[in-house]
Amino acid sequence: MDIPYTVQPRPDTGLYNAKVGIWLFLASEVMLFGALFSSYILLRVSAPEGYWPHGWLNIPIGTTNTLVLICSSITTVMAWASCKMNQFGRFKFWHACTILLALTFVCIKSYEYHDKFTHYEIDLKDGRIADGHLVEKSADNVVIHGRYVTDRKELFDLRRPGEEIKHEEITIPRAQIQKMENYGPWHHTYLAIYFTLTGLHALHVIGGAIVIGCLWGPLSRQWKREPERFTNRIEISGLFWHFVDLVWIFLFPVLYLL
Amino acid sequence: MDSQASTASVHEDHESFAHHVRRYLYVFYALIFGTLLTVGASYIPFGDRAINITVALIIACSKAFLVAGFFMHLISERKMIYGILAFTAFFFAGLMFLILLAYADFPLHTITH
Repeated sequence: MDIPYTVQPRPDTGLYNAKVGIWLFLASEVMLFGALFSSYILLRVSAPEGYWPHGWLNIPIGTTNTLVLICSSITTVMAWASCKMNQFGRFKFWHACTILLALTFVCIKSYEYHDKFTHYEIDLKDGRIADGHLVEKSADNVVIHGRYVTDRKELFDLRRPGEEIKHEEITIPRAQIQKMENYGPWHHTYLAIYFTLTGLHALHVIGGAIVIGCLWGPLSRQWKREPERFTNRIEISGLFWHFVDLVWIFLFPVLYLL
Repeated sequence: MDSQASTASVHEDHESFAHHVRRYLYVFYALIFGTLLTVGASYIPFGDRAINITVALIIACSKAFLVAGFFMHLISERKMIYGILAFTAFFFAGLMFLILLAYADFPLHTITH
């Protein structure tokens, strides 16, 4: 049985069916991310004054990732336009770029996650707090590249103008350590919502890249048999990809800059 | 005759899409500019963080409009899509409104800072 209206628009909607389908799916995605954004707002406005982090994420890296996603959006739209202009070779080129950019995004995100999982806050028995990235761990000592603070509040706003934070290599005997915790989702509600939002977004990037990869590779054979239907598939996958970009447009300032 | 018409149509399509491609490139440049502007604006001390948040969200909304409007073709879509999006916007607004209700309605003995 043939699936109806894969190329021709349905008379009552004026659209081919897959397009209605993807927009309904995107509507459900808006609600999914909307729920998490509302959770972010609630956590943020409920945080005690001075205890919501600023500057915990690397802005140049976040900016680079934003630019990578924007570039992938233009390559996606160019791939679709190439199909429309009957230029299959160019389609292949543009979507190869999209896949590479998607992989770049995921690699950069993985690096950022690794950075957080190797960043430790160590409470010492003398009341001081050591904060920094793990260099070495042994049975007797923990070595970090970081700094000491006396008040936890000092760790929250790293973007205070005019303040230069100096890091050095610190060796801490294990006997002095009261508690040691890395910057995973369990460390602070900000990190919990950061990992949830960006993790879900990264899953979307990976999923989208797999679909685009399939359309670029094995499924591209359809171009010879049904070029219009194939072009519509590229449009549908492109709509999903642009949505992923759209979500990041809000995630970037909210998590990295504000 | 048919062949000529078809060639003319393909040519027209190429012309039309060349125009679209130019527009996509302008949108791309605007998105790059918007990103750099967002980062730059976050370093400006406006005196109140609420202003920084407002500025960043205005730029983000403008970028979202460009992506949705041009890359996702929402500026020239069918009514059905607008209908779906109108429902989505309504329920999304409801979702955000729930925060206000939750924030104004702490259970008894809740520790607030």
